[in-house]
Amino acid sequence: MSNIEQNKNILEVTSLAISFGGLNAVDNFSLSIKNKELYGLIGPNGAGKTTVFNLLTGVYRPDQGEILLDGENLVGKSVEEINKTGIARTFQNIRLFNRLTVLENVKVGFNAFNKYNLLDAVLALPNKKKVEEESNGEAMELLKVFNLQDEAHLLAGNLSYGEQRKLEIARALATKPKLLLLDEPAAGMNSNETMDLMNTIRFVRDKFNVTILLIEHDMKLVSGICERLTVLNFGRVLKQGITNDVLNDPEVIKAYLGD
Amino acid sequence: MEQIRNIKNKQFIYSLSTALMVIVGYAIMQSVINANLASPLIKGLMVPLCIYSILAISLNLVVGISGELSLGHAGFMCIGAFASCIFTRYMKWLGNESLLIFIIAILIGAVAAGLAGFLIGIPVLRLRGDYLAIVTLAFGEIIKNVINAIYLGVDSTGFKFSMKDSLDLNLGEGGIVIIKGAQGITNAPRYSTFLIGAIILLICVVILNNFINSYYGRNIMAIRDNRIAAESIGLNASRYKLLAFTIGSAMAGVAGVLYAHNLNTLAALPKNFGYNMSITILVFVVLGGMGNIRGSIISAVILTVLPEFLREFSNYRMLVYSILLVTLMIFSNAPALKDFRENLLSKINFGKNKKLINKE
Ligand SMILES: Nc1ncnc2c1ncn2[C@@H]1O[C@H](COP(=O)(O)OP(=O)(O)OP(=O)(O)O)[C@@H](O)[C@H]1O
Ligand SMILES: [Mg+2]
Repeated sequence: MSNIEQNKNILEVTSLAISFGGLNAVDNFSLSIKNKELYGLIGPNGAGKTTVFNLLTGVYRPDQGEILLDGENLVGKSVEEINKTGIARTFQNIRLFNRLTVLENVKVGFNAFNKYNLLDAVLALPNKKKVEEESNGEAMELLKVFNLQDEAHLLAGNLSYGEQRKLEIARALATKPKLLLLDEPAAGMNSNETMDLMNTIRFVRDKFNVTILLIEHDMKLVSGICERLTVLNFGRVLKQGITNDVLNDPEVIKAYLGD
Repeated sequence: MEQIRNIKNKQFIYSLSTALMVIVGYAIMQSVINANLASPLIKGLMVPLCIYSILAISLNLVVGISGELSLGHAGFMCIGAFASCIFTRYMKWLGNESLLIFIIAILIGAVAAGLAGFLIGIPVLRLRGDYLAIVTLAFGEIIKNVINAIYLGVDSTGFKFSMKDSLDLNLGEGGIVIIKGAQGITNAPRYSTFLIGAIILLICVVILNNFINSYYGRNIMAIRDNRIAAESIGLNASRYKLLAFTIGSAMAGVAGVLYAHNLNTLAALPKNFGYNMSITILVFVVLGGMGNIRGSIISAVILTVLPEFLREFSNYRMLVYSILLVTLMIFSNAPALKDFRENLLSKINFGKNKKLINKE
């Protein structure tokens, strides 16, 4: 029974393609990710990795191809609808709500759950207080996972680079996604921070029962936590499979080192 | 949990201090008036101060909190003024003048202006970029001109409408012209008092602060800070922007109701509902601080009172005013002064927390 759950594909992408003015940024891209898998998307700069994320989350509409999340078609849905169907992401160039506090950044992520109506809001009725207190508690729990609880009252814009990356993950998790997309989560972190992050990512996958697809250039992180990999080169899939096999593939090594 | 309490206290103290400021300000000025210490000029300024304050805080919701530039705020004030005044003038003709009528008039003004904001916002707020500025600018000018061309009368057979002149209305025995083209509405009932103005301002302040401190306000500010990220966590950006704009417009409408019932005649002039007025309100907001409700009220009051006191310099009045304005702007936005203020605030609020001040 649980075996069936494990082996079910949560994400099914078939022959996805998009071009920008003649440049095939992503071409004939297919990918299946199993439920609760930790999956890596790697490739040289400009390979089209972030573009894949933008296609999956509805920022771009594919010229062709199909995206199914848990059997549900995502192509043509808006960014916020896709989030509601169950995909949340972080950004390569960090995008936080800089003039809100760390706590508020996470609370915005609860938007779909902790609700009260406009009248509760403007009259500060007891229901508002109750709901706000609940989400304060939940948000603090989430911040603790990333060791950000002491920073809760700071403005997000004042966090260090590494902390900002972690806050982005916390905010994405607040929307209770089925699939979490992380775009270079370790960028700008030192090796200690990266080690920490690896543990946190594994912990998050187990605790929140979420499937994770991540883009990363740090091979230590990739080989350390990803179960399977897809290598992208010039917008096309170069190799796909178990992490170690892929990383030792001569073609992949060549793509990374150049000729 | 201590951090949460800190944030909550800070928000609470801010909201409370803003409300208290209005109450204390009212109490002081009312005592001064009661003691016969105020000149007629000062007395006459009290209701306008409330009106400008409401205009400033409502525009701050749009510009500061939601991050959309609106250059036609006076247009919504104009709609609120005329919609409500048609009603009260008609009621006066029927022989009905009471506080209840005025309360209904306030609601009418709010709904009419809110509806106008909603209808303008639907197409415009879907677009990214400063389209709202252009559209509201045009709207403000158009609404003024349209009202100047309208003739509306009432007699025993009902309402009569014309775009030509008041004779064209063909009013029967005992009928009155309510809107007389560019001359506007005459003999409007004068409901607006300092007390009523202060109460309405207080209500607006409380509602606005509560709104900003709810998930609605939080979402709107999140969208302002980063629209793409906000959409990626499931927020419908246009909907929240539309909500902020509608509420801001409705409040401007309420200010218009106060304005319409503070004078005997209500006419749509460039002076009161024109582009200049919209810019004046925007100056209040910028000077008081984007997103700072209390600051908006303070700057609205200072910048309304200041020119009056400068009357002594008669000829140089506007010159001195502009110089003061520019100086104030430079100072209130100077980085050094900002750091100093933040330093001070964080010392008061968070004790030894350095991180808040030391941005990297
Ligand atoms: N909106 C766009 N308009 C035009 N070209 C684009 C657009 N988005 C991406 N591209 C192009 O598509 C290609 C792939 O870009 P993408 O950002 O997906 O690369 P990446 O694999 O994420 O690279 P990196 O590792 O540097 O982040 C690049 O050549 C880029 O210039
Ligand atoms: Mg990228």
